[in-house]
Amino acid sequence: MMTNGYAVPSPKPLHNPLGLLAELTHRCPLGCPYCSNPLALDRREDELDAATWARVFREAAGLGVLQVHLSGGEPASRRDLVDVMAAARDAGLYTNLITSGVGVTDQRLRELADAGLDHVQISIQDSEPKSSDLIAGYEGAYARKRGLAVAVVALRLPLTVNIVIHRANIGRIDELVAMALDMGALRVEIAHVQYYGWALKNRAALMPTRQQVEEAVARIEPLRKQHHSRIVIDAVVPDYYARFPKPCVGGWGRRSLNVTPAGRVLPCHAAESIAGLEFWSVKDHSLREIWECNPAFNAFRGTSFLPEPCQSCERRDIDFGGCRCQAFALTGDARATDPVCHLSPQHHVVEEQAAVREDATYVYRRL
Amino acid sequence: MNTPATAPSIPPNARPRLPRGVRLVHNEAQGGWVLLAPERVFKADQIAAEIVKRCTGEASFEAIVNDLAVTFAAPRERVETDVATLLRGLADKKLLDL
Repeated sequence: MMTNGYAVPSPKPLHNPLGLLAELTHRCPLGCPYCSNPLALDRREDELDAATWARVFREAAGLGVLQVHLSGGEPASRRDLVDVMAAARDAGLYTNLITSGVGVTDQRLRELADAGLDHVQISIQDSEPKSSDLIAGYEGAYARKRGLAVAVVALRLPLTVNIVIHRANIGRIDELVAMALDMGALRVEIAHVQYYGWALKNRAALMPTRQQVEEAVARIEPLRKQHHSRIVIDAVVPDYYARFPKPCVGGWGRRSLNVTPAGRVLPCHAAESIAGLEFWSVKDHSLREIWECNPAFNAFRGTSFLPEPCQSCERRDIDFGGCRCQAFALTGDARATDPVCHLSPQHHVVEEQAAVREDATYVYRRL
Repeated sequence: MNTPATAPSIPPNARPRLPRGVRLVHNEAQGGWVLLAPERVFKADQIAAEIVKRCTGEASFEAIVNDLAVTFAAPRERVETDVATLLRGLADKKLLDL
């Protein structure tokens, strides 16, 4: 069976998905230039209603999903956020609110906590307030994020602080971790930009130098030692300067799925950037039908589609040849070895693109 | 594997509990017990699950060790070492309050 040129391998044995990224809305007050949302954003009038989300959460739990990440856009842009979260909790899922920190009032946070919210992740753009607001494209965002963190900690909700790293803040890794500690976070994500969606569009303005990246990466272990047992530091490696690719989303259609605001189900948030794949909607199918039968989910399942050098590589079952979206974006072929890998015959593309750095103004992400 | 000399010590009267945001659940589809935490999922084997189930904030460390030693008819010293190692590891990862 073929679908738009991609061979569909036999879909067994299937893994159970562990995590569901629920993009409740693409609306967001911020305009971060590295936003991982697609350039073509879903409109408000196309958003799933709360009852449909409740069904999706029940179906997800039935598939084996354990955790739901309520994200966006800014999930608090939805007035029914508390109802949506409560429905996920009722389905037995672990609920993680991923927020910009702008739009969640103290009152709403209390309602979320009372309804069983498990965890809050606040993104913050920099430890310097002015720089943070400039990156977010929103005056006063930094202060509001810090304010929400105080409210989260006061309610004894566990807090993760997420900081996306790029040229404008890469020299402040120590200060960023210190800020997360000061905010009362139990966990901090030092996440180097991954170049999809808006980030790909802004790549030249965001890309750090190799030296900056090496210095930033070298800070992580000393900081982990210094703050051991006070805060967990998780680091997302900078793709373009890596030797090997990341095992993107734990493998295509293997461990996680993503539902867009309008209800399309994807193996990862960037999957729609790959031309020629047709994604099904929860409006027409159950989540199980989609997970098991949507040809787009089967297109890159397993490793049989991979070319050399992946096929005979000892890391084949570790990283699955890397990221399909990145392979497509940089080589035009979604089946290719992720060119981030130094063994890829097209690795030079990554090196060339990493060398393109311009102090251009950001193209802010706007609906 | 773990000698008492290198095992982390936990006060006998400590009352370990899972903090908000960490939950132990049983899930058929995932094949057993799992510990759910912020952005993380840990598979818990039967023994780990039996230990974590007892971390309610009510039982003391000493009582948990005694209970497990009796329930599983195992040497108390060995149980204490295993439990202390697991709990200290969880606490270091912010998955347990001691």
